[in-house]
Amino acid sequence: MQSLHGGRDKNDACNSPAPLIIDSLTLNYFIDVGGKRTVAAKKPAKKPNVSKEELLQYYKDMLLIRRFEEKAGQLYGMGLIGGFCHLYIGQEAVVVGLEAAAKEGDKRITSYRDHGHMLACGMDPKGVMAELTGREGGYSKGKGGSMHMFSKEKHFYGGHGIVAAQVPLGAGLAFSDKYKGNDNVTFTYFGDGAANQGQVYETYNMAELWDLPVVFVIENNQYAMGTSTKRSTKSPSYWERGAAYGIEGEEVDGMDVLAVKAAGEKAVAHCRAGKGPYILEIKTYRYRGHSMSDPAKYRTREEVQKMRDERDAIEHVRDMLLTGKHATEDDLKAVDKEIKAIVNEAAEFSKESPEPSLDELWTDIYAEAEV
Amino acid sequence: MATEILMPALSPTMEEGTLAKWLVKEGDTVNSGDILAEIETDKATMEFEAVDEGTVGKILIAEGTEGVAVNTPIAVLVEEGESADDIAEAKLADAEAAVDEPAAAAPAAPIEVVTPKEMDIPEGTEMKSTTVREALRDAMAEEMRRSEDVFLMGEEVAEYQGAYKISQGLLDEFGDKRVIDTPITEHGFAGIGVGAAFGGLRPIVEFMTFNFAMQAIDQIINSAAKTLYMSGGQMGAPIVFRGPNGAAARVGAQHSQDYAAWYSQIPGLYVVQPYSAADAKGLLKTAIRDPNPVIFLENEILYGQSFEVPQLDDYTIPFGKARIWREGSDVTIVSFGIGMKYALEAADELAKEGISAEVIDLRTLRPMDLPTVIESVKKTNRCVTVEEGFPVCSIGSYISSRLMTEAFDYLDAPVINCTGKDVPMPYAANLEKLALTTTKEVMDAVKAVTYR
Repeated sequence: MQSLHGGRDKNDACNSPAPLIIDSLTLNYFIDVGGKRTVAAKKPAKKPNVSKEELLQYYKDMLLIRRFEEKAGQLYGMGLIGGFCHLYIGQEAVVVGLEAAAKEGDKRITSYRDHGHMLACGMDPKGVMAELTGREGGYSKGKGGSMHMFSKEKHFYGGHGIVAAQVPLGAGLAFSDKYKGNDNVTFTYFGDGAANQGQVYETYNMAELWDLPVVFVIENNQYAMGTSTKRSTKSPSYWERGAAYGIEGEEVDGMDVLAVKAAGEKAVAHCRAGKGPYILEIKTYRYRGHSMSDPAKYRTREEVQKMRDERDAIEHVRDMLLTGKHATEDDLKAVDKEIKAIVNEAAEFSKESPEPSLDELWTDIYAEAEV
Repeated sequence: MATEILMPALSPTMEEGTLAKWLVKEGDTVNSGDILAEIETDKATMEFEAVDEGTVGKILIAEGTEGVAVNTPIAVLVEEGESADDIAEAKLADAEAAVDEPAAAAPAAPIEVVTPKEMDIPEGTEMKSTTVREALRDAMAEEMRRSEDVFLMGEEVAEYQGAYKISQGLLDEFGDKRVIDTPITEHGFAGIGVGAAFGGLRPIVEFMTFNFAMQAIDQIINSAAKTLYMSGGQMGAPIVFRGPNGAAARVGAQHSQDYAAWYSQIPGLYVVQPYSAADAKGLLKTAIRDPNPVIFLENEILYGQSFEVPQLDDYTIPFGKARIWREGSDVTIVSFGIGMKYALEAADELAKEGISAEVIDLRTLRPMDLPTVIESVKKTNRCVTVEEGFPVCSIGSYISSRLMTEAFDYLDAPVINCTGKDVPMPYAANLEKLALTTTKEVMDAVKAVTYR
């Protein structure tokens, strides 16, 4: 991995193992050693460079997202959730790793595959699930749905349904922080599909021109709906496109929460130092279809299974916890139980919360002007 | 053979200008490409180059002369051996006449202001003749002084002082942190503006024209207008999108569209289209303070026109209040923006023929002050709407439908919509004229509904 502006020592910030590249077509994993790619087998569990408590927290956070999403899938099947519902299963390490690098005041904004981001930044699973079921207790009082939720309190700015529209919006949030003179950073998430939209590059240009404190997080899950990256672009990587605008960046193993955290810390430090934006292309994988109605015929069952078996981010941390004797099987069972309870409670709440009152049709269209 | 040098047209809408300075004098030899003079338009001071070679035989228009109409001879170029006087004297009379002429027909001539009763301007308020351009600038400057969170971004708004000089002087006063030149990237900077509004700032985003805002319309509608609703009231976008809208003059199909009806369809947006300078100022100040996204539609032809503006410390006009420009009893003419020019001219002409027209300027299109329109139609029983936009699903067609629903029993004639024609804007001068609505069309429509 080379930074674009030279001089970056490979070892200076990443405490994680050598960056891993997943070839989206063959799903072979390579370890980049001195510029040479060497085929790696299942990634070995490394000794974590974070505290036991932190590691356990990441495990919990990732597990919460997975169980939450599984439950959402279930509720969708029962007809309690309607419309579009895009699950985050498989990508949990991305948001959990980056949230570990964030501080109070930092902002985040993403696309419509947003449940994981909301849970990771501390939004209440009850409010998220109730929004999925379109109930009054949801974050948007049932008026936003799966793709449109927000939390001013947690600095979560949505939840946007138009592919890549959140990218200039995220840069605008960063603009507001720079204008106000604080050191907050905005995490602007988008996928490999969005990465081909023109407004991304309009935004790159202005973000670098104005040194905006924004981390562009490309969640490369290899598929833009049903179109693999290989069928969408001939350019070898997305983060390198930043070079055309003078933006530094790097590729990150998105199935390794510690690697994501380390990269996030580096990116955030770059932004807080006033050096402008930074791009993280995080290689990840979505286990489920694009949305609930996607039969996923564009990839083989074996491909998905192989990722699950060999690269699952949650299993990876679980291995670390057990191998390092930071937790026992019983400890982790207790965690599983705790998470299950939170998710069940959210599901119950989302069923019991009433539908919004009919008056709500006509509210929140305009904010009232101060007199 | 002597050549006349004519006053040049230096912008699509220029009809006259000031001959600010001669850079040559009589007797000078000039070559093609030499700078002859500086000419001031309402937008900028431009250098004027010689096209032909020769000697400056006679300067016909002295420097400092204002209101010189385009195509007025301003000097005579002679070839070797020719006498300047022979030619010049013959031309001189023509030239002088030409200078006087436009003063009467000048677009910048103040229009008589009928101050409506409901416009709460205190008795004795000092009024000042101000162009729409200055009024818009003053509104932004006042609001930027009032709140640090207000900033202006757009193409050429800072160092160039605005493509149409609306932001003249703002960079000097507020600096480059708050008056920001963007690259030519409408989709991107509109999105950044909306994001900054989500982040608590009060952006004013200038589009060089609303035609270019089509590149950004997703951010305007999907991001700015809908977020308050989608977030259950948690966050919205206090932002103003402003710039010239509609036809200018001879700029063709892609630079001439009127978007009033498009934006007026969108819940979550406010849409404003002022006619007078006073309304431009008062409504823009309101727009900047409002916590919602506002589409503020201006008009290039109106920029240079002067109106009386009240000299008040803080002159704001609420949204959703139409203005009755003149009262009348035979017909209600409803318009907005530059359509008001045709509406008022038609009303003047019709008065000579004994038809009394009430003229309503909607000023805000969303929310629209329908009660004022309906009340007026209940009195006059007839209505004509005037706009420059396309006829299908126009503002006028919406007003017609509402009148049918809410004032059906009061109508003595069908409502007629005077609109732009259902064609892309042609370039040819005669066709362009035909494509826009005209004072005559408004008069014909009024006569039709009053059965005269």
